[in-house]
Amino acid sequence: MAPESALQILAATILANNFVLAMFLGLCPFLGVSGRLETAFPMGLATTFVMLIASLCAYGLNLVLGALHLEFLRLISYIAVIASAVQLVEMVIKKYSPALFRALGIYLPLITTNCAVLGVALFQTAREYDFVQSIAFSFGGGAGFTLALVLMGGLRERLALANVPAVVQGVPLALILAGLLSLAFMGFAGLGG
Amino acid sequence: MSASKASAAPTAANWDEFIEGLWRQNPTFVMVLGMCPTLAVSVSAVNALSMGLATTFVLVCSCGLVSMLRRMVPKQVRIATYIVIIATFVTVVDYLIQAISLALYEALGAFIQLIVVNCIILGRAEAHASRRPPAPAMLNAFGMGLGFTLGLFALGSVREILGAGSLFGVSLFGPDFQPWVVMVLPPGGFFVLGGWLLLFAWLRRRGAHAVAGGEHVHGA
Repeated sequence: MAPESALQILAATILANNFVLAMFLGLCPFLGVSGRLETAFPMGLATTFVMLIASLCAYGLNLVLGALHLEFLRLISYIAVIASAVQLVEMVIKKYSPALFRALGIYLPLITTNCAVLGVALFQTAREYDFVQSIAFSFGGGAGFTLALVLMGGLRERLALANVPAVVQGVPLALILAGLLSLAFMGFAGLGG
Repeated sequence: MSASKASAAPTAANWDEFIEGLWRQNPTFVMVLGMCPTLAVSVSAVNALSMGLATTFVLVCSCGLVSMLRRMVPKQVRIATYIVIIATFVTVVDYLIQAISLALYEALGAFIQLIVVNCIILGRAEAHASRRPPAPAMLNAFGMGLGFTLGLFALGSVREILGAGSLFGVSLFGPDFQPWVVMVLPPGGFFVLGGWLLLFAWLRRRGAHAVAGGEHVHGA
């Protein structure tokens, strides 16, 4: 059904249809973890990894469920797979980088309830992507998420030093900033089809 | 569908449970939870309302079930259990909306299924419903759901009025109105929500000033 090439999908999901800024997926970590650059980048990488795994598993699961005519179980099986993948990532990070594990805190297990991860699985099913397209889609989505998180982290580090009115401080400022970023990303519209 | 269950006995304590989610702990404006569906589907008032009601339904049903099962679920697997319960009700809603209106189903798209990962629902199940008997838990969930619907509607109506010059599809300003297209595009969502939060922050500060400064009140 989908004639786009993997490269087109990759370009489109990183820039034009950025997961965070154009499709509104994964906003909780975007607003929660983007306070500093040093946590924003690893968080993006961890999420990208989970998204890749989730996408691969969802592709396989979808074949099995389709063959058995059990489509109504799709949502439940996707979320179970994602929860286990997150558990895996959590154990790996805890083993190799306890400092990072503490810095990410509650947001690490919360990757399970990150809409970007489930979103990848659901959108690739809805658009009937094949295997290569699915990988490109999830990788592009993860890279776009990381990009948005890092950009926001850098901006907010600068803003911490700026003198802003007390009323806008915190979430309102972050949201307006995100709106401006999103406006900038609209300039990529049409890229990659 | 859930109003009949919620009206158990209108005592002061029950009323408090209900109003907590609707106003004091409003999920959108105070706790800033469940942002993804809030921003993504609030393009028009109708979409926003139906999304809010769908979420309310899932919230009330899953909080009720979680609360009924709270003595049976082992502590280690509780999150997984909650997610499976929530996913079940979301599947129900997904098929329900598909059956009621195909146009609405297409407009909301994958965001119906994404109700599963709405932090409000899991948060309520874990922090509230797992320690309460079913009636107050469901009442509280109903209040939260309505609060979320209210937030979505506040966002959706502003975006539709400015972005399309209409409300519920009815044109408001006549044919000469030049719509602010950016409001129905993604950046508009961020701007409008930022604006609402700004308004509430300003009101809260003004309230604090009024209390501190006695009768001598002037705008902060």
